[in-house]
Amino acid sequence: MIAPLTDPADLAPPTADGMVLSGRWTVAGLGAIGPRLAAAELPAGSAAVADASRITGLDSAGAWLLHTLLQRLGQAGHPAQLQGLPQQFNALLATVAQAFEQRASQAPPSAKPGATLLQRTGAGVVDAALQGVALLSFVGECAVAAAGCLAHPRRIRWRPILFNIRSAGVDALPIVGLLAFLLGVVVAYQSADQLRQYGANVFIADIVGLSMLREFAPLITAIIVAGRSGSAYAAQIGTMVVTEEVDALHTLGIPPLDLLVLPKLVALVIALPLLTVFADLLGVAGGLLMAQAQLGVGPHEFMARFVKAVSATAFLVGIGKAPVFAVVIVVVGCFQGFRTHGGADSVGRQTTRSVVQSIFGVIVVDALFSVVFSALDL
Amino acid sequence: MAGAAAAIATATATAAATAEVVIEVKNLHTRFGSHVVHNDISFEVRRAEIFALIGGSGSGKSTLLRELILLQKPSSGTVRVLGADLQALGADEAVALRRRWGVMFQHGGLFGALDVLHNVGLPLREHTALDDGLIDQLAGWKLAMTGLAPEVGALYPAALSGGMMKRASLARALALDPELLFLDEPTAGLDPVSAGGVDALVLQLRALFGLTIVMITHDLDLLWQVADRVAVLADGRLQAVGSMPELAALDPPAVRPYFEGARGRAVRAARPADPADPDHPAKPDREPTSKPK
Repeated sequence: MIAPLTDPADLAPPTADGMVLSGRWTVAGLGAIGPRLAAAELPAGSAAVADASRITGLDSAGAWLLHTLLQRLGQAGHPAQLQGLPQQFNALLATVAQAFEQRASQAPPSAKPGATLLQRTGAGVVDAALQGVALLSFVGECAVAAAGCLAHPRRIRWRPILFNIRSAGVDALPIVGLLAFLLGVVVAYQSADQLRQYGANVFIADIVGLSMLREFAPLITAIIVAGRSGSAYAAQIGTMVVTEEVDALHTLGIPPLDLLVLPKLVALVIALPLLTVFADLLGVAGGLLMAQAQLGVGPHEFMARFVKAVSATAFLVGIGKAPVFAVVIVVVGCFQGFRTHGGADSVGRQTTRSVVQSIFGVIVVDALFSVVFSALDL
Repeated sequence: MAGAAAAIATATATAAATAEVVIEVKNLHTRFGSHVVHNDISFEVRRAEIFALIGGSGSGKSTLLRELILLQKPSSGTVRVLGADLQALGADEAVALRRRWGVMFQHGGLFGALDVLHNVGLPLREHTALDDGLIDQLAGWKLAMTGLAPEVGALYPAALSGGMMKRASLARALALDPELLFLDEPTAGLDPVSAGGVDALVLQLRALFGLTIVMITHDLDLLWQVADRVAVLADGRLQAVGSMPELAALDPPAVRPYFEGARGRAVRAARPADPADPDHPAKPDREPTSKPK
């Protein structure tokens, strides 16, 4: 807020001779004079005259207010007269008068009526449906591009694939490892109390092993990668759309999907299962540590039970879900990136959407897997 | 524009009488690592003057502009803008100073989250106690002043063409009635008609508000017909400062392309050849008398 001036804009109470204006009529000096100007009225029968000789400053905002005042105080199309305005301000006031005339000659842009609840609901449903259709067609385009690459293996771009394996896979090892370890600790810690009550201490290996390998490791890995890499995909592609880089790729005859989507897809389908194996290891390690600390189950005892309790199927079921999660994350992230239009604002919005939708997608797919696996008795 | 011309005379006469220096740059050096961008640059800009910075790509024009508007600090040297030493400025003084100038960025710098009318009204909303209705009216007027139709106010920046973006950005720079206006490439990417509109607008603004204008431009029309003085940057140094006719007479090597290229010749042919031509529209340091009203 601009600091108040020593001589702010002011108007003396109107008398029969008209009103007297003084001070600095500038954005800094106007302050809260607006309501007083709106309320100012000339006494009946007095001259429609304002004395401006004591105005010491005038900028466009001041001139605008002054002109509005004169128009309002005047009668039937004849604005009130202004006397003694210092001459350096005349040009500005004349410009304002001109702008007023122009504004009057142009019809004001009609305000759009606000949408009703029903309209907004309808528009939301249509939007969601259209987005679903667009997502399907994007999946189709990706499939066609992938088939093209398989048919012509020379089109496959190895360098971006390797780069993506590093950025989405290797660089994610520390955070995935840490969180999986903590999850193993938590699962063991929570189960320990219950198991101790039944004297079933050694079954901690069953609980940690099965829950980590089948569910928690794949899920936590996918969620971390969705937040970490899915958002990066959307932001990168979104920014490229905004800066016309995607258009440039089109005109250079490089299919954007080949360069921007397929390498990410291949890289994550390779990297996510490997990350999941890493998360399995550290999750079980966390459980093993807590088994020793809380239940007195030593490492040898734990591993002996672990081998009996956890089948290869449990491990493969968990790992098998990872590539599907990878596809969900890449497709959603890239799709939202390509839907960016406009500027920075839109990039942020699409990035948020990509993270929310890919995590949503991962969990829904995981639930579907559970249903299918239980139907197949796996 | 007849009234405007008379007002220029008044504005320039006051400038000549007081010769108030608005921007003073002394012994400015800028280095990025070992790369020297500015090597001992000094110049002054006087009130109500239209001052242009020219120079090839990478000659440090934009860096110099950023240093003048507190976006970047020079390695050494002093910069005084509107009487304040930029190096010794406190946070509050910096905010107060920033309100006294307006900047039009090369790519607009409009906020994508706001429509054009709110972009223009933002400085008023942020820094004044005026009510919303008045702010919208003022913003609409500034838009009209820069030649934009009222409907444009409801559009978002993403929907604007390049020229409209520049105009909207200029309208926002004018929102607080600044004393000093910085323009980065005001006509780049505009069609000749719009560019001509910018020429007229710049002159009109100075006439109305007594604005001091500093601009980076390569537009020869703007340089010849609008700029009072032109500073030429090359090799990290200020090669020459003067009006275009003076520069043409001096003929420093860095300026030669502006006169010798086919485009330069065409503009020059359209202009009077005499460097001391008194008819040249804007030269505050030379304008002999003011027209008494």
